[in-house]
Amino acid sequence: MMKLDFGGLESASQFHGVDSELVDGLSSAPSFEIPNTTNFDGFQKEAIQMVKPAKGTTTLAFIFKEGVMVAADSRASMGGYISSQSVKKIIEINPYMLGTMAGGAADCQFWHRNLGIKCRLHELANKRRISVTGASKLLANILYSYRGMGLSVGTMIAGWDETGPGLYYVDSEGGRLKGNRFSVGSGSPYAYGVLDSGYRYDMSVEEAAELARRAIYHATFRDGASGGVASVYHVGPNGWKKLSGDDVGELYYKYNPVTPSTVEQEMAEAAGP
Amino acid sequence: MTKQRANWSPYDNNGGSCVAIAGADYCVIAADTRMSTGYNILSREYSKITKLADKCLMASSGFQADVKALQKHLAARHLIYQHQHNKQMSCPAMGQLLSNTLYYKRFFPYYSFNVLGGLDSEGKGCVYTYDAVGSYERVGYSSQGSGSTLIMPFLDNQLKSPSPLLLPAQDAVTPLSETEAVDLVKTVFASATERDIYTGDKLEIVVVNAEGIRREYMDLRKD
Repeated sequence: MMKLDFGGLESASQFHGVDSELVDGLSSAPSFEIPNTTNFDGFQKEAIQMVKPAKGTTTLAFIFKEGVMVAADSRASMGGYISSQSVKKIIEINPYMLGTMAGGAADCQFWHRNLGIKCRLHELANKRRISVTGASKLLANILYSYRGMGLSVGTMIAGWDETGPGLYYVDSEGGRLKGNRFSVGSGSPYAYGVLDSGYRYDMSVEEAAELARRAIYHATFRDGASGGVASVYHVGPNGWKKLSGDDVGELYYKYNPVTPSTVEQEMAEAAGP
Repeated sequence: MTKQRANWSPYDNNGGSCVAIAGADYCVIAADTRMSTGYNILSREYSKITKLADKCLMASSGFQADVKALQKHLAARHLIYQHQHNKQMSCPAMGQLLSNTLYYKRFFPYYSFNVLGGLDSEGKGCVYTYDAVGSYERVGYSSQGSGSTLIMPFLDNQLKSPSPLLLPAQDAVTPLSETEAVDLVKTVFASATERDIYTGDKLEIVVVNAEGIRREYMDLRKD
């Protein structure tokens, strides 16, 4: 392996004579390992891309006693530029099913709209609503067929069908998972922290909504790629209903109210006539 | 041996900026008229705004050859719609048509950054903003193109409208009057011209309201 030579910096030859790979690393001069490739610059760019946070967004959904709670932020970023603060990331597929958007905005919008059309055709052909299992499978199969072509979709399909509340995670790699709690996007680690610690199956709708709202808020606080408006939807036996849409900037002051300190008040009085 | 890369790209960027602002009963769509390639100016009088339907216009910046192809495609689809439905396409309908048209070329995109402006079926101003592959949303104002990173923050400052996602819902259209909105657009382009090399020469402003469509021009710096 190629190594840069820092011989002039320092030497550590205490282990003179002992021969082992471990010691080799210690005894030779400090150096950076260089990848054995002809295109060093290109390799670096690719390596950075690999660890770059993908899907700048925060979305979450969870099943609880009263149905499914779905929440998302509304920021869209193009590199470091915020292209929009008002993106609808919760897509209304039909009156009893919701999809969340993470990844490529156009990919999510187009395929969710396409899924809504397929669900409606299913209703007309079979005289009954499609199940959440069926809808998520339709989407997953489409995305699997485009695997490797560069689509970027990380979505959750949430709905209420004959078997009760349903929640599936579907992505553009072709994955499809059934579950009770999911969060997708660059802000998901922060959202999971709040969501997992506050979750109870038997919450009321208001408690669940507040938990979802807080989880999104905390993710937008710490993740630069998430922000805008935190939307919260509830899916019940009669379909979905939008519960709230709050600007996260204002949520900050609601959760961290500003109380005027006594020092400020004294200065104001002193400045008076 | 390093991978062989193509020396020829099917795309080019002709620069320029576009803006659209929606009002209570009007819509202002504006774009500069400079068309460039690299450091050269190809034309000082090239219009980026096209009329798609009676009360619906589109301003596009990016690769003008792709823009021209897109405009022709939409015009043809609109003609078919008129034959089949015996009426003009509404702005929201055209909005979705544009989104689908862009997405059908998802794997070889139209290099076109569009802004759609017009009146909706109730006569209120509506603006739709797009990315190159068709994701779109209805907004109160938007800018696209090389000067958009300079223009958008200024529009946010002057026009910041409540997000349509807020609940209880608040109206997204700007409270400005038509003349105030046109003045704002002129100011915005004068500033963008100062700091963006691809924006300048002349500004074309189109105003759509209940009476019809009105066109106005303003000179910008030619350097």
